[in-house]
Amino acid sequence: MFPYAMILPNLLIFTLFIAVPVVLGIYYSLTNWKGIGTPTYVGFANYTKALADKRFWQAFLATGRFTLCALPITVCVPLLLAVLMTKNVRLRGMFRAVYYWPSMISYIVVGLTFKFIFGESTGVINYLLTSVGIGKVELLTSKTNALWIVILATIWSTSGYFMVNYISGLQSIPESYYEAATVDGASKTQQFWHVTIPLLRPTIFLVFVLGFLGLFKSYGLVISMTKGGPAGATRFVVQYVYEKAFQNVEMGYASALSMLLTVVLGTATIAQFALSKGGRIND
Amino acid sequence: MIEKTLRRAGTYLLILFLAFFALIPIIYVVLASFKPGSELFRYPPTLFPENWTLENYRDVFHRADFLTYFKNSAIVSVLSTILTVIINTMAGYAFAKYRFRGNQFIFMFFICTLMLPLEVLMIPIFRMVQRLGMYNNFLGLIIPPAATPMGVFLVRQFFFSVPNELNEAARIDGASETATFVHIMLPIARPVMSVLAIFSFMWRWNDYLWPLLVIRDNKLFTLQLALANFNGEYSVDWESLLAMSVVSMIPVLIVFLIFQKQFIKGMVTSGMKE
Repeated sequence: MFPYAMILPNLLIFTLFIAVPVVLGIYYSLTNWKGIGTPTYVGFANYTKALADKRFWQAFLATGRFTLCALPITVCVPLLLAVLMTKNVRLRGMFRAVYYWPSMISYIVVGLTFKFIFGESTGVINYLLTSVGIGKVELLTSKTNALWIVILATIWSTSGYFMVNYISGLQSIPESYYEAATVDGASKTQQFWHVTIPLLRPTIFLVFVLGFLGLFKSYGLVISMTKGGPAGATRFVVQYVYEKAFQNVEMGYASALSMLLTVVLGTATIAQFALSKGGRIND
Repeated sequence: MIEKTLRRAGTYLLILFLAFFALIPIIYVVLASFKPGSELFRYPPTLFPENWTLENYRDVFHRADFLTYFKNSAIVSVLSTILTVIINTMAGYAFAKYRFRGNQFIFMFFICTLMLPLEVLMIPIFRMVQRLGMYNNFLGLIIPPAATPMGVFLVRQFFFSVPNELNEAARIDGASETATFVHIMLPIARPVMSVLAIFSFMWRWNDYLWPLLVIRDNKLFTLQLALANFNGEYSVDWESLLAMSVVSMIPVLIVFLIFQKQFIKGMVTSGMKE
């Protein structure tokens, strides 16, 4: 009985707050529940409604665009940091800490910080742009620029964490591979593309999947930076679901939207696994 | 030789350049928090305050509500962290050292919960929190997020590296399973427990979505909720907000500085994030 007692608290929490909610969520998505009273079964009405919901698809497209633009940078910048931080450089520990530091700051504070810096009345960016001769531009009030500033803030706040993943990946590559490559006369650049990258594939893949999931469910950072604006350019799916559920109190409908989001995230993860064969080193 | 020196100089320049970008947003905000309100929106803006002032901090610490939010965050983070360390260490140990009916199935179930983040289960989780009487009180912030699959996984990996002979020796000596766990295993597991504690503290302190779903009363707001709330749509009281943001970063920073080595090591060996 001892091992069961040991896992009991976790088992209870996971059952009550994940397994039961999955079932409840599927059930709610088939009802017109408004948060109070008894839910009435409505079949797939919520799903057909979702297919025709322009604002939902707008949020969905905005999320897709954001993820697509941010993902390559999310994967590459931390790799650069990790490569630099596995070189034999002075003060390496300090620089690692400096790069890691932004990932310890809450999304709310990151959002506020970037809002303050890029805000048109508060910000320093427009002043800098003016002094280098570009002139004032619309930042968080322009749809395109707002999206890119959100991307910048997201990358700033996640790179340190992914860097640590890459560092452990890089450190697990045996030194002898590089020695052999050097003996064969491979340059540093060649070594990077033909030794480091292939052997690092599992980690790159991990960062790719984690990055995708994290980006697609972005919420806190956007809320404190743009609140989804301007004109819905940074209103992403999680925010839309939250507003439907807790501001419009259309719990049944919002549950159906959550299910669609779950399906998208799940399919994308599985597809990425299948396409990259789980990021295994040997094909 | 010259090429090598140049290459090396280039590397250092790049490192410094990137470090500048990692630091400057927060440095800018911290310096701005020491500016009087009149200087904050002056054009052209300056990096350093002309007249350094602690006014913003004094105001913030004189606000009864800010102190309440800070206290709420501290209570929730500390209690949830203690619970997290206890229950995940228990579960991870059981999975590493015992074979019991369904152990693989239950472990898979734990790991699968990683695929279902709060973001996709907001509504039914909210409902469960309400039903179980945890809505609008700290229990809802402390208990449900305390179980983390990554924590179980991390502890399990750790105990795989502890030899089974230790358990057998304890059994021969007649120690009960509980006594073995408490008196022999827990002291050994201190490194992994402290990594778990640090992460848990950071997660709970920085969390926004759980408190947003669980807490309604202003009096029970955590710091993150309060910060998001003060950040109005049209008018923002930047003087207070900047000082509050800076203060809100300090606890995690202290924890990081104290445990820096374990922190980085723990990250490297586990690669964990909620």
